[in-house]
Amino acid sequence: MIKAKKIDDNIVRLLIILTAFIMIACVTRPANFIQLGNFQTMVKQMSEYGLMALGVGICMISGGIDLSTVYIANLTGIIAGMMMQNMAAGSNGNGYIYLAILVALLVGAICGIFNGFLVSYLRIPAMLATLGSYQLFMGIAIVISHGSTVSGIPEAYTRFGTTLIAQIPVAFIIFLLVTIVLSFIISKTKFGQRIYLVGTNAQAVKFAGIKYNAIIIRAYMISGLISAIAGLVSLARINSAKADFGSSYTMQTILIAVLGGVHPDGGFGSIPGIAIAVVILQILSSYLNMFPNISNYYRNLIWGFVLIAVLIINFVINKRKAAKLRKMS
Amino acid sequence: MGRYGDMMSNILCAKGIKKSFDGVHALKGVDLTINKGEIHCLAGENGCGKSTIIKIISGFYRPDEGAIEVAGKGFPVMTPTQAIKAGIQVIYQDFSVFPNLTVLENLAFNQVLANKKRLVNKKEFRKIAEEAVKKINFEVDLDALVETLPVADKQLIAISRALLDNAKLIIMDEPTTALTKKEIKRLFEIIAALKKNGVTILFVSHKLDEVFEISDSITILRNGENVISCPTSEITEEKFAYYMTGRHFDTAQTRKNMKKNIGAKMLEVKNLSAPGFENVSFELHKGEILGVIGQLGSGRTELSLALFGLLKPTDGKIIMEGKEVKLPNVNVAHKLGIALVPEDRLTEGLFLSQSIVKNITVCRMDELASSIGILSNKKSVEESDKWVKGMGVVTKNHELPVQTLSGGNQQKVVLGRWLATTPKVLILNGPTVGVDIGAKYDIHNLLRKLAEEGMAIIVVSDDAEEVIETCNRAIIMRSGYVTGEISEEALSREALALASN
Repeated sequence: MIKAKKIDDNIVRLLIILTAFIMIACVTRPANFIQLGNFQTMVKQMSEYGLMALGVGICMISGGIDLSTVYIANLTGIIAGMMMQNMAAGSNGNGYIYLAILVALLVGAICGIFNGFLVSYLRIPAMLATLGSYQLFMGIAIVISHGSTVSGIPEAYTRFGTTLIAQIPVAFIIFLLVTIVLSFIISKTKFGQRIYLVGTNAQAVKFAGIKYNAIIIRAYMISGLISAIAGLVSLARINSAKADFGSSYTMQTILIAVLGGVHPDGGFGSIPGIAIAVVILQILSSYLNMFPNISNYYRNLIWGFVLIAVLIINFVINKRKAAKLRKMS
Repeated sequence: MGRYGDMMSNILCAKGIKKSFDGVHALKGVDLTINKGEIHCLAGENGCGKSTIIKIISGFYRPDEGAIEVAGKGFPVMTPTQAIKAGIQVIYQDFSVFPNLTVLENLAFNQVLANKKRLVNKKEFRKIAEEAVKKINFEVDLDALVETLPVADKQLIAISRALLDNAKLIIMDEPTTALTKKEIKRLFEIIAALKKNGVTILFVSHKLDEVFEISDSITILRNGENVISCPTSEITEEKFAYYMTGRHFDTAQTRKNMKKNIGAKMLEVKNLSAPGFENVSFELHKGEILGVIGQLGSGRTELSLALFGLLKPTDGKIIMEGKEVKLPNVNVAHKLGIALVPEDRLTEGLFLSQSIVKNITVCRMDELASSIGILSNKKSVEESDKWVKGMGVVTKNHELPVQTLSGGNQQKVVLGRWLATTPKVLILNGPTVGVDIGAKYDIHNLLRKLAEEGMAIIVVSDDAEEVIETCNRAIIMRSGYVTGEISEEALSREALALASN
């Protein structure tokens, strides 16, 4: 019997792309790229959409998708921000901040459970369900914030946005921790394995005695929870929250998940793969910023091009893999 | 007769056809000659190259080597359009009809499209359609939506449509798979009538009784090579199985040697009803194999689902080891020791793109994981290894996706998954559907061995041979009711045919 490979090809491929990008950036723009400040900015920016991409990835592995992550993040950011604003005056100590964080996480989880309920019990296609709920979450956020930016967040909280631990921004440490915990859950636990099975064949899952609805709801709940964390990180970084902040992230999170090797039909993908894809994309994005001649107008064009290119490359790789498997059988 | 005469009597002559896909040789030089006006059977196990040769004849694939002649005319390159023009029509298993259109539209469309008309005329449609169904005396409401019709009618629509295109050779790919006995009879009458009108039929099948009933001559393929081509009258049933598989089977002997070790009552079903069947009662003992035989729509599948917690009974009792049980979901059934090998292994049984390990251990995750739900990879691989070896699954590596396996090996994986849960009652719905003869033989032997060791087994099937070979007893279901029971002594093909017709 052939020994199973320890590291899968996809991770290797992503690491090669990552190294190549870093090398290109270092060689062509050494003055801008190789700077501690640049790295700190990069990891701070990517932590937010990186977190959401992990959530989107889990939902995609389960055979669905989550388009509402950005708006869950905004909603939870607004709720936490408003709570902090209102409670800061009347309290001494930082207890209210922890309360606000807890409420934000809870709201995120509830939003996710709601998505999961639509997808599992009501069997609404995930694409439509989360497109609907994204509008709903944004609507709620607009109503409670009266359509304006929530700002004036207490310094006691926004401090986290600037704190460095061993020169590493807290946001990035949170992203790393979440990545490690999720990697473990997805690859080593019963629940994680069942997400893959649900994403492969929802019908066979029923016959194997796996509770489809429970798995799906938990997957979307995790996505909601991580989105809430992203919302809190963003609240600390930009010192404000808004109902329609970061709309372009939705597209980016999907791009990252697919680039990271998540199969759009479900059943395949890994958390470390997504995390590496986050870094790749951030480097590409920062690198483009170092060319003042490349106008922001080109940004969408480039992202669109990258997504389509990744899809085509995946298609070719999968086709080759299938041919190889056919030969082996 | 000279060369000229031969050419006149052949409608199709394919010689030395070779075809490979990504280095896999699907056809290694196959010959197929079909005489004008005959019913020719093309037989062979799954994967022997039957479908590939059909697709080559109909112009869908281009052969790597070999020559095709239709009615004496050579086709160096055959395209689908040329094949249709030459009078070759294929009735595929899914019939390629448009379910959302009416019978009339389905029949007339091709014709209208072929004439390159841009405007449609309902009156003309009706004329074409009426003419088409008359050819085979097919009575159907032309304005009915095709999706509302039974499978057999869809097939007849496909045949009518083929005749509209002046079909000279109709290729039917496993046409009886989804039909009831009665419908098969009607189809055979139509085939006989077509033959009378000078249409040649290539009948693709692996079902022994059908082949002997309908065909004039036969070509058997194995592993992409010709095994034999001869008039059907020159071949016996035992030879047929041997030619298909290259193995000798002595089923009569194994059945005689079947040890009986029937023990205490394991499962009792009393007046059970659920959507799909009504008032079903039977008993099942340890060490016994009970056959449930019935056609599609007889309630056999629903019964198996109800006994596995996937269909809620409306009335009646299920008694397991003397205690009445309720089965609200699969987990409860699983814990009680009931296992179901579902009817359709591709959609209901397997996670095709996932590894063999995952497919085998899926129902044992609770036991293989620690108390907080962390899975041990080592334990999973050991468990899988045990069943891959124990069931004789042929694979190089059980980390490979299960879709790389043949039908028979896939079925062994599904079976292994449930045997791993050490069930007390094992229900198998169509245990050998789409499985080659060799694996079928292995699976039947395994079931007998499991029964000897004390497992209570229910085999749900529409295959009379299978029930006769494996079961101690059989109940017959029709339109949702149990219509008879046959004891072991009386279990024979004749008795089953009598009881189910």
